Amino acid sequence: MHAFRNILRTEARLYLRDLPTLLTTIGLPTVILVVLGLVPSLRKPDPTFDGQTFVSYFAPSLLVVTLAMVGVNTLPSVLATYRERGVLRRLATTPAHPAALLAAQLVLALAGILASALLLILVARLAFGVPFPRHPLGFTLAFILGTAALLSLGLLVAAVARTTKAAQALAVPLFLVTMFFGGVYLPRFLLPDVVARIGDYTPPGVQALLDAWTGTSPQPLHLAIMAVIAVAAGVGAARLFRWE
Amino acid sequence: MPVIEVTHLKKRYGDLVAVDDVSLAVEAGEIFGVLGPNGAGKTTTVECVAGLRVPDGGGVSVLGLDPRRDAAQLRQRVGVQLQESQLPDRLRVAEALELYASFYRNPADPAELIDKLGLGDKRNTAYKKLSGGQKQRLSIALALVGNPEIAILDELTTGLDPQARRDTWGLIEQVRDSGVTIVLVTHFMEEAERLCDRVAVIDRGRVVALDSPAGLVSTVAPEQRIRFRPSAPVDDRLLTDLPEVSGVQRTGSQVVVTGTGELLHAVTSVLARHQIVAADLRLEQSTLDDAFVELTGHRPAN
Ligand SMILES: Nc1ncnc2c1ncn2[C@@H]1O[C@H](COP(=O)(O)OP(=O)(O)O)[C@@H](O)[C@H]1O
Ligand SMILES: [Mg+2]
Repeated sequence: MHAFRNILRTEARLYLRDLPTLLTTIGLPTVILVVLGLVPSLRKPDPTFDGQTFVSYFAPSLLVVTLAMVGVNTLPSVLATYRERGVLRRLATTPAHPAALLAAQLVLALAGILASALLLILVARLAFGVPFPRHPLGFTLAFILGTAALLSLGLLVAAVARTTKAAQALAVPLFLVTMFFGGVYLPRFLLPDVVARIGDYTPPGVQALLDAWTGTSPQPLHLAIMAVIAVAAGVGAARLFRWE
Repeated sequence: MPVIEVTHLKKRYGDLVAVDDVSLAVEAGEIFGVLGPNGAGKTTTVECVAGLRVPDGGGVSVLGLDPRRDAAQLRQRVGVQLQESQLPDRLRVAEALELYASFYRNPADPAELIDKLGLGDKRNTAYKKLSGGQKQRLSIALALVGNPEIAILDELTTGLDPQARRDTWGLIEQVRDSGVTIVLVTHFMEEAERLCDRVAVIDRGRVVALDSPAGLVSTVAPEQRIRFRPSAPVDDRLLTDLPEVSGVQRTGSQVVVTGTGELLHAVTSVLARHQIVAADLRLEQSTLDDAFVELTGHRPAN
């Protein structure tokens, strides 16, 4: 516990030292939100979105941006780099276990995701009148499960990739797919229906987030699928993870 | 009482036998060298000692403990510097040492260690910005920050320039003088000759010799060679009659005598008795290099 705390503090310091990455991770979704929000027509209620504005319809997809960046990109590449460079092995020679470093990275990933989401929700509310999630409990649940599913996938990538290069080769397509089905590249109402429906079930489950944000409770099936993915990928990662 | 005992250690990676049969014992307070060509199984051997790998056969005992079963205890008491182990780019020297110090019950003072290793003016420098020698010194510092009783150092000077290498040697001697037992894996003969009290030469997963560097040289490659220019003609028989001499050759005005034992004394005495002055006299003795070639059939790396 003692070692974990010190490792967490040190790793946090390393993150803070890489300011450009930190700002991108936390701020990018909000920056996109602000740019879109500056277009007046996107702030008008529209029947296409059940009478919501495009901005509030699109906000859940912006949550996907940070989740995908951190979960399937940063986390696996940091872990693969640490393994490739022998950082994890060196730790294994000390009284601290390398799992403490992995745990610290997870905590930092979560912190980044949370900070980014809070900023987005707050700015959306204050600047563009997007209501706070109407179904807070459902939203929290959808957010937690979606995050868990993506982080587990990220850990699975880190587990099966032997090198940093291999981790990136796996992470990039996964990132693109997550962003695409999350409706980031093309808003989901423009996607063919079948693609949008697939996106309901790909992590982090953007439909559940949208439902809970705009007022209904998320569908249990959507949440259950996220839980299944989180557990399956998490177990796979735990089985396959190598410290060297 | 040896602090490390390895008996008939065996370790495979799939079909490849990395360590076939290694037995050795390291005494408290010595610098013990593990020598051998690349791929001989040196790293695998010390990683089994450090408890990082599970042997397929044989026994390992460190400070009377089992490296796997008593891992928690041994990690407090054994410091390890792994071959090719780096740190995060942005981590600074002092941060790294303070973090690692915090893992141990009875750590060294990081600030003192930094000064001792000559990293005083690099304390706030990021790992990425350190030179090869500085990274290596930091790596040694991390292996020592827990105040270990045993330090295992794998290929500690590989990739360093000659000056940095010599500085590192001085450092290792200081560490030994402070009472730490050191296991030094190397493929530099000069390093082993200079530092080690005893060396085990490993080749293809087996110990092919175990002795002090001087002992190894005198048993494995005992041949000596004396060259001189005699002030007056010398009859070959004068020299070949000596029991120490095994051969005499002449190249121009130079005489080359080969032999073993107290060769120099025997030759100079017989020359003195005949009032012959040996000009440009030189004694060439085998080095650990030669012994290594004899033992392994490989030229040591350099
Ligand atoms: N993790 C590993 N997996 C498979 N083979 C390995 C591994 N580590 C070392 N080897 C092989 O085992 C042999 C001994 O390696 P090593 O102990 O590193 O030798 P040395 O340190 O003497 O150079 C080499 O042939 C090497 O390629
Ligand atoms: Mg090696």
